[in-house]
Formats: sequence, structure tokens, C-alpha cells
Amino acid sequence: MKIELTVNGEQREADVWEGESLLFALREKLGLPGSKNACEQGECGSCSVLLDGTLVCACLVLAAQADGHDVVTVEGLGATGEPHPVQEAFVEAGAVQCGFCTPGLVVATVDLLAHSPQPSEDEIREALSGNLCRCTGYAKIFDAVRLAAQ
Amino acid sequence: MSTTLPLGRVGERVKRVDGIPKTNGEFAYSSDLFAAGMLWGHTLRSPHSHARIVEIDLADALTSPGVHAVLTHEDVPGQKRYGLEFPDQPVLALDRVRYFGEPVALIAAEHPEQARRAAERIRVAYEPLEPLVDPERALEQEPLHDERWTHGHGYRDDPRPNVVRHLVIRHGDPDAEGAVSVSGVYELGIQDQAFLGPESGLAVPDGEGGVDIYVATQWLHVDRDQVAPCLGLPPERVRIHLAGVGGAFGGREDLSMQIHSALLALHTERPVKMVYNREESFVGHVHRHPARIWAEHRADADGRLVSVRMRILLDGGAYASSSTAVTSNAASFACGPYAVANALIESTCVYSNNPPCGAMRGFGAVQTCFASEAQMDKLADALGLDPVELRLRNALAPGDVLPTGQRIDGSLPVAEVIRRAAALPVPELEPLPREAIRLPGGAGNTTRGEGVRRGVGFAVGFKNIAYSEGFDDYCAARVRLREDGSAEVHCAAAEVGQGVTNVILQVARTELATDDVVLAPHTTASVDSSGSASASRMTWMAAGAVQLACRAALEERERTGGEVDVERIYRHVRTSPLDPETGQTTGERSHVAFACAAMRVVAEVDVELGLTRVVWIGTAQDVGAAVNPQAVEGQIEGGTAQGLGLALMEEIQTQGGLITNASFTDYLIPTALDMPPVESVLIEDPEPSAPYGVKGVGEPPTVVSTAAVVAALRDATGRELTRVPVRPDDIVGL
Repeated sequence: MKIELTVNGEQREADVWEGESLLFALREKLGLPGSKNACEQGECGSCSVLLDGTLVCACLVLAAQADGHDVVTVEGLGATGEPHPVQEAFVEAGAVQCGFCTPGLVVATVDLLAHSPQPSEDEIREALSGNLCRCTGYAKIFDAVRLAAQ
Repeated sequence: MSTTLPLGRVGERVKRVDGIPKTNGEFAYSSDLFAAGMLWGHTLRSPHSHARIVEIDLADALTSPGVHAVLTHEDVPGQKRYGLEFPDQPVLALDRVRYFGEPVALIAAEHPEQARRAAERIRVAYEPLEPLVDPERALEQEPLHDERWTHGHGYRDDPRPNVVRHLVIRHGDPDAEGAVSVSGVYELGIQDQAFLGPESGLAVPDGEGGVDIYVATQWLHVDRDQVAPCLGLPPERVRIHLAGVGGAFGGREDLSMQIHSALLALHTERPVKMVYNREESFVGHVHRHPARIWAEHRADADGRLVSVRMRILLDGGAYASSSTAVTSNAASFACGPYAVANALIESTCVYSNNPPCGAMRGFGAVQTCFASEAQMDKLADALGLDPVELRLRNALAPGDVLPTGQRIDGSLPVAEVIRRAAALPVPELEPLPREAIRLPGGAGNTTRGEGVRRGVGFAVGFKNIAYSEGFDDYCAARVRLREDGSAEVHCAAAEVGQGVTNVILQVARTELATDDVVLAPHTTASVDSSGSASASRMTWMAAGAVQLACRAALEERERTGGEVDVERIYRHVRTSPLDPETGQTTGERSHVAFACAAMRVVAEVDVELGLTRVVWIGTAQDVGAAVNPQAVEGQIEGGTAQGLGLALMEEIQTQGGLITNASFTDYLIPTALDMPPVESVLIEDPEPSAPYGVKGVGEPPTVVSTAAVVAALRDATGRELTRVPVRPDDIVGL
């Protein structure tokens, strides 16, 4: 089936199979592999995107459900040569190691700071508890969020 | 893709060169690759942990929509078996499957769902066999393998069935009596590396019978050397290129989809991409060995260790992987970083029909540190000594002799890490009542904290750096120095997230005294082997190789002028095997060098609900010399999290060898709510035999943190807690 959606401000079309997730369509049909495929069951947050401004796991949304909706992926946050401040903060703080969780965490952090520009320690932990990271132990990710909030 | 140099030289805090591409989605991981006309590969796996294959019927699968190939062992043109150290594992099952999830057949189709559906239409007739799942009974049961794969390699050739390796280290007089003696039995479950990027890659046929494989791995050249013989190709016709790696932690030392994707690509003459999902990933790589450990420690009245006796039983699962080296490491570090004149350590690894085990961060030392540190606390208790003081009295120091007979001749500041970690101030008790998020169990805690108890634990651990026991461990680097002064560095060292790319560039920038350096793609095509990104060796080895190559390039240019292109191989000091009968080193040393860490942990438990909360962790780690302090802290924090996971929540559960929790819903790893702040002190005591004095830093935090977290839980509960992960049932009802 054909779907039409707005992705990172651009009108896009994709020919998808009915069973495909939004994540698969983004990665394999729309050339946007930034959203990651770490668990594909909504446990790890690596595929976090904004769907009509709401933080969702793209693996739990069918591509067909996104028809007519607005999607922002990690690729749509900054501009070429001009990273989003959250992206810069992650690099500055040393919050990136293997980086597989990073796109999802960046999107989740952008969402957190949009709702709560000066989050408390507990708020940061709770907001990011749906995003698994296996490399960093999270300490430098919290540093990055605080840095981005400044 | 080439990478440009970040600002910074050896020893400076440097931002990751791959940082921004990893935050904006540009960085290409092995699962992000695409080639025109590519097919999707899929693996049909065994639903049994032990069965004979009677018949495989492919007819329906072959006519399934979109399918281009269905392959079995009959289609493997070269060697039918492979293995990291011993070729005991079939590329595709021959007549028997030995573990749950063992690959049986391969499918290539136009859409991954078509490949999955075709796999369901392959009819495999299995004759289930009794699975061997109790490692203690393995030594008496029918052998799982017809051949003795690990015999004839200089180990003790144990005649008992299913022994992968049996090592006995006998040192001094293990029967020596002490004033006090403590004993215990300890157990560790199976831990998974749970790297976030699943196994994946792309194989592209070159049109001339060869193949290029783009894959996430820890060691490109050893992959090539296993893949090529199975494809029936000479090594130079198989080129392995590093694709973006989403974490490794030992789980990418063994092959996963490398041979399979290449078989499909060569068969269909189309590029083939394979991406495991999370469930498949849990069966698609080896795990940390589960262990049972029996220990007895004897000490004199002053708390000096007189004798340590330990028996270690490791379950290696169906295939050998790196089990022989894990067996040896577990034994080597069984006594902890303490001077012990008399020891008897028996370490045995067996084959079983449980999930195959191999390398995971800490590599054998995690298991024995857990047992040994619990024993040290018991000993302190029996003697009425402070646990930190007991450890200080026994701390190993340069000049001391290990139970293997090796004298420590490099850096090993055990007493220093103990003192510095013990001196870190512990946070004060947070008053009750408090926000649920700050209670054990977090929001799941429905009490006002009436059952909360607090404990403080301490542990020390150490481990070897680089490969041991005579392994020819080297790393190559190639430097092309152009007339304009710019340079291109080639090194196959796998960037798995640890930051070795930065290390290479920092070293080259320092040695060549220029900013204008790029790192060429990591590939087998342009440079010799780097060895593995494992064993806490890659920073040391890559720094050594790049330093050598840079210096050689400068000399060469001095002599010849113009552009120069030189490749150099770096080797650390030679090691020797352990004597198969006594476990004593047969030369000066069996290990290259060591690194240690001490850790203090504050934990709370809710004894009514069985829930835990680690409040704070403070650690001092021996890092040699930090090439990039920010990256070193990151290794310590991340390594600590993995040890905390094993202490509190991580275990692959099996029934009859079948994994029952192969998902992140059921196999839990620490989240942002589980990790406490980690305060780390870097102890820089340069290693004399290493370039710039560096030491590997990835493993010591994982070795020590499981032991330290459980020590805090013991302090809070007064219970022995001899098994990890500690379960709610172990804590409730005090």
C-alpha cells in the first residue's frame, strides 16, 4: 500500500507492506536509518521519533498508521554542519560510545527539554528510563542533558 | 569514509571524532547498509537444544514468494566447521543440533518477511535427544562431540567426556593450616553482552568469485581466517570491512552472520543483508560462562592469607569458542589481587547443551572475583578485622609472585586503589519518607520505606591485559606520510564504541606533530591484523603499532625524502603457556600485565518487598596512563553498570537448554533509574612495558562491580547471598 506522510518537514511517499513498522519504512524505504532497530518491541527506545509531536517508539507504530501524519526523526533535528544543541551536548559530555542508543536518547532529550527546560535529576532519570544504553552507565548522558538545558 | 582528526594529543580530554555522526543518524552501523539489488538473508534455527536431524525438506521453501536461495550444510563449499580457536562448530548443522538456536538453513529473499515465511516452510524432521544441561553431570555423560577438539593443544588432555579444558594450578603447600578458615559455594548465572546493535552486515559478491563483507566485529582478520576456508576461497578473496559497531563486550569475537551472508551472496550473485532481531541476537552470540565455585580460604591470626583452595566449574555450552582461555583466566585470578603462598585451584570447563559461552568483558575474572571477594569478607568477619584493612594486609605488589609462579614485574598499585577507594566519602542516608523514585524498586515501591535497610560494600579485583599463555599477540599499523606533511593511518583495530579511533589519531598526531592526519577505513584489504578489540588490549596495542609506524615513517622520510608508506608490527613481551600438570608458568610470564580496581558501594534493600537500590558507587582504578580521560571515565561507568546488572538482574534463563527470556522485556539490563552516580578516581601508575605507560581500562570495573554491589547487599541484609543475580526472594523476610 502507498502511504503519504511528512518526514522532517518534507512530504514523502512510501510503498509499504501492511505489516511493516514505521521504523522499517523509515530505515529501509525512506532512506533514514538514524532511528535504530535494537529490540523492535518498544523496550529500548533506540527508535524514538516524534509522531505529531509525541515521543513514540517507531517500532511499535505501523507504517500505515503514520499515513497523513507528521514524523520527526533524529535526522531532522539539526541542519547540515549545524548540529542541534542536544547533539552537541552529547558529544561534549562524552555521552556517546558505540552510539547505537544515541539517536533515540537525543530525540527523547529534545522531547524532555521541550516539556521541562530545567529538569531535576529525578526527572531526567525518569524521562530517559525507557532508553537503554549498554556502554555508558548513563552518567555522561545525564551530564549531556544538564549541559543542553543550560 | 575517512575520519578527520580531533584536536588533542595523548593524555588530553578529546571529543569523539565519530561523535556528531553518531548523534545525527549519519554514522552507518552494520544494520544500516544498503546495496542496489540486495536480498535479505534469514537463518532457520533449531527449536531443540539437542536433537538428531533426520531429514530436511526444502521443496516448499524454494517455491515460496520472493525466495532466491535456500541453503543447508550441503551448500557449504569448503570446510563444514569453524571456530574462534577450535573448528568444532558447523557452519550449518550437519546431522545433529547441540544448542537452542543453532543455525540449520539459510534463506535469501527480496523482503525480510518473505525470508521469514519461507523459513517456516522448511520442514526439518528432528529426533529429539536427552539434553545435557547439568554441568556437574557432563563429565559422566555421553560425549556431545565425536572428536576431542581441544586435545593436543598443550593443555592437559583430560580423558573424561565433555571436558573442554581442565586446569590445575598447584602452588606451595595448599594443605598449610591457618588460624582461621572460611569456606563457601558460589554461583553465577549466564550473562548476556546485550549490545544494542544486533548482529548484522552486508555481503557483496565481487563478480569474480570473491566477496566483500561489511560487518560489526571485534577482529576483522580472524573473521577472514575463519570465513575463507568455509567458502573454499583463499583469504585474499574474502575482504572484511568494519561497519559501524553497536557495542561488542566480547559478544562479537565469534562469527555470527559472516559466513552465512557470504554463502547466500555467492550463491545468488546478489548483495545479501542480514540483520538479527533481538530474540535471534540472544541465541546468535556466546555469553558469559555461568559458574559454580567452591572456595576455602585460610589465614593466620593477623589476617595474612595462608592458603586458598578453589574449584571452579564453568559451563561452556555446546561449542568451545574461547572457553579454554576463560578457564585459564578464571583460575589465574581466583585468589584476587592478594599475595598467597599456597594455593590449589582447579578450573574445569565442560561442553553441554546449554547456550554456548565465550568472551564477555571480564573473561573468567568476573566469576572468581565474585567468589574470592565474598571469601575475603567472610575472613574479615571471622578475624574481627575491617574488610579494607584485611585487603590491604594482603595486597599484591610488584615483586610478588602469583600462584602461577609469575613474578609481577610491571605496575600493579593494589594498595593504592584500595586506599583511594576506601577514602571516598559515602553519601549520607536520605531521610524517609521520600519520593518513590528514590526508594528500592523506584515507582514500584508502594511503602513509605519502613523496610529499607542500608549497606556498604567493598571489593577489589584485577585482571590481565592482552592475550596470555604464549599467544602470538600483535597489532599492525601503516602510515602514509605525504610530501605536504599530511598523513593517512591504516589500522584494523575495531572501533566498538570504546574510542580506539580517537586513540589512534591522538597517537599519530602526537608522534607526527601535525594535525593533518586521517584514519583510513578499517579493513583487511589494506593492512595486516590488529588483533582483537578485547582483553583490554586494543588501546595498548594500537598505540604501540601506530607509534612504531609513525616513527618509522619519519625516519624513512628523513632518509629518502618524498612520500613514504610504511607498515610496522607491534608485539608486547612474549608469554609462555602454563604447565599442563602443575599450572605453573613455563617461562618468565604467562600474562603480559595487569590492571586492578577497588570499589565501594552503598546500597539499600527493601526487606519487605525484596527490592534493591544502589545509591552510590565510588571507585579507584589503576589505568596506567589515560590517553583520553573522558573516555576512561566512560569505560569505568559503563563497565560498572554491566557488573551491577549481573549482581541484580541479568540472567539468561533456560529450561532444558531452551532460552526462555530472549527479549529486553524479560532479560533486564540496567536503566537510567538503576544506575547510581559513579565517582571514579583514576590512578595513573604508568606500565613500564607499554607505550606511553597505558593500560587497558575496560574490564576491571566489570570484574569488581558485581562483587562490590553484592557485598553492599550482604551488609544491608546480613545474608550470605552466594548467587548472582540476587533475586527478591533472597532478600525478603529478614
